[in-house]
Amino acid sequence: MKADPKGVLTGAHFLDGYHACCEGALSAGCRFVAGYPITPSTEVVERIAARFPSVGGMFIQMEDEIASSIAIQGAVWGGAKAMTVTSGPGLSLMMEHIGLAAMLETPCVFVDVQRSGPSTGLPTMPAQGDMMQARWGSHGDYEIIALCPNSPQECYDLTIEAFNLAEEYRVPVMMMMDECVGHMTEKVIIPKAEEIEVTPRRYTTQKPGKYLPYQAKRNEIPPMVKAGEGYRFHVTGLTHDERGYPAMNAEAHDHCVRRLVEKIRNNARRIIRIEETDTADAEVVVVSYGITSRVAGKAIQMARAEGLKVGHLRLITAWPFPERRLRTLAAHVKAFVLPELNFGQMFFELQRVIEGKAACYPVAHAGGTVHEPEVIYQRIMYAARHSRMREKKEVAR
Amino acid sequence: MSDGKRSRGPRGVVTISPELCKGCGFCIEFCPSGVLAFSDTFNDKGYHTPQAVRPEACTGCDLCGAYCPDFAIFGSLNEKVVA
Amino acid sequence: MSRINPVNQYLRMDRMPHIWCSGCGLGTTVNCFIRAVEDCGFPLDQVAVVSGIGCTGRVAGYLKLDSFHTTHGRPIPFATGLKLANPKLKVVVISGDGDLFAIGGNHFIHAARRNMDLTVVCVNNFTYGMTGGQLTPTTPIDAISSTSPYGNFEEPFNLPFLAESAGAVYVARWTTYHVKQAAKSIREAIQKNGLSFVEIISPCPTLYGRRNKLGDGLAMMKAFKENSAIVNGADTRGVGLDFKGKIVCGKFIDREKPSFLDMYHTTMAERFGPFYESYEGVQ
Repeated sequence: MKADPKGVLTGAHFLDGYHACCEGALSAGCRFVAGYPITPSTEVVERIAARFPSVGGMFIQMEDEIASSIAIQGAVWGGAKAMTVTSGPGLSLMMEHIGLAAMLETPCVFVDVQRSGPSTGLPTMPAQGDMMQARWGSHGDYEIIALCPNSPQECYDLTIEAFNLAEEYRVPVMMMMDECVGHMTEKVIIPKAEEIEVTPRRYTTQKPGKYLPYQAKRNEIPPMVKAGEGYRFHVTGLTHDERGYPAMNAEAHDHCVRRLVEKIRNNARRIIRIEETDTADAEVVVVSYGITSRVAGKAIQMARAEGLKVGHLRLITAWPFPERRLRTLAAHVKAFVLPELNFGQMFFELQRVIEGKAACYPVAHAGGTVHEPEVIYQRIMYAARHSRMREKKEVAR
Repeated sequence: MSDGKRSRGPRGVVTISPELCKGCGFCIEFCPSGVLAFSDTFNDKGYHTPQAVRPEACTGCDLCGAYCPDFAIFGSLNEKVVA
Repeated sequence: MSRINPVNQYLRMDRMPHIWCSGCGLGTTVNCFIRAVEDCGFPLDQVAVVSGIGCTGRVAGYLKLDSFHTTHGRPIPFATGLKLANPKLKVVVISGDGDLFAIGGNHFIHAARRNMDLTVVCVNNFTYGMTGGQLTPTTPIDAISSTSPYGNFEEPFNLPFLAESAGAVYVARWTTYHVKQAAKSIREAIQKNGLSFVEIISPCPTLYGRRNKLGDGLAMMKAFKENSAIVNGADTRGVGLDFKGKIVCGKFIDREKPSFLDMYHTTMAERFGPFYESYEGVQ
């Protein structure tokens, strides 16, 4: 369906990532935000607080991130599209409730504006150290979707995408921004409302009495319901059966959890979004995401100027990870280089899927600032040299 | 309410679902009319359930129902009563 | 003629019998709640129940209303989001003393401070029953628990005092012996606009009762009857509970204050004037 024009600020704007993210939420139909101030994410909710009253939205600053991360879920079950915004330390606090959202299959959006960690770290400076946590942070088995914008325009576009994916798969979706992309100001085009595709919440068409909250065939996502419509439904974070009632046995648990995991894994191809440049004949492929992808772009330019065939695979969705595409590329690519503002997070995922078929090189960085293009360029050249040497050795054997 | 026109029979009746009962004794203790006592029988779970030993005293006040933690008993007015 | 218990229509009978022990006061509390909700005048489709984790937390799963069994300590913020998304709902939080006042303490005081239109029913059995009987912030001094095997020496909260100080507009305490009064208070609490708090003191015969030699559920109920005194309007400062001591019950606070949404409307109407579209929930 088309976006509600009330929330759409059509036009060409000069916005930073935070403000663009807020506008993306409004365009997507988000009308409930609960948040807690945390550097460097606060600007998002500040704009939300200013914009919401005139578009029929409700913003509440909760007492902490734990409250924020569950208030949005209460709002979803009351019929709202809801979002919360935080940074590393807040994301750590929200972990239990990300698990709750996964278990209850509550569609909602968590924006994490990554800053340098661990702990208090460098609150005002960028890093990309929450990538694994976004995927694995809560206890137990579940899958989430994570998106990595690399520009204010993408902060706008991908926030809408995040809400749409959340509704389609009934899953918490993580928007993995970082301080740099958040504070970067660029042109952001907001289209007309009728040009924006927004996924509506899929409510059940069954009558009360017939509707079972978690009844679904294999690979189906059950339709939702909201409080106040006479369904008298019950949902619980305990392992549950299709009635939503606690079901305390291994068989029910397998059925319950398997669905949470499979609904993303089996739909990975439709969910994954990547941007590839010059990978078809590449010798070296740089895999990157977020702000690092912009630095990597420059490094790749420098390497190509030396005649090296370097491609770029940018993760727009970091989770699910594009395993199939990377394995296909590994058939002809000799080396992958993965720069990130951490000491190796998505890098280990890359290594895992490549399974030794090509060389993998990280470019670690503790954060606090972004890579110098030179450093990534050097690594690309090193990767090319060493993978050629390795090849020669193998041929010689 | 006038007493004189009551037809024969107690004002209230107590209904017990013994399979739900956990033998806590609240209903027996707090019935203001002394209608109930533990029976000698017990249910599948091994609890002694209540029985109406003085059913004629039941007023249908449903205090037993209000106290019962297991929804296993309730009092209701007997329709035979003519106001 | 087979009569059906009139409370059955409010219960998920397909889940009976429930898991609570013989003599536990939770079922009695549920009875009080059902009677309150029957009389409150709101359509039952508009009443939602949110609970946390614990024995009391299981209440949500047995009630045939829109109900949510959330995380430990967090039913109040969940209820806040639910209420704000659809202000027409009457949202009732039913949870235990540990859930609401240990891990959930912060959320309670902020909901009371904001005067969020919620009803909070705290079933206080002075213990974490589900996990085996550990002490909670309401466990009286000298009481034995699994984590205070030599007797508790921590000062407990005086819940009505805490609720009043934090800003609740309705504060009452009853025990599960006081079935009629408790049902009436819960009804008044639901009907009241703002944060209403009802403490229901309840027996946990299996853990708190057994460890402290208080007898079975019935003995504990009789003790509630013997030791309680009804003092409506009592000063909440003086209603703290001692081990085996006097229990002051009653309706202590019933005052008027604008709720969170009332203040929201007032503020936005002032700022936006004729441009303010009254917030009636997310559309």
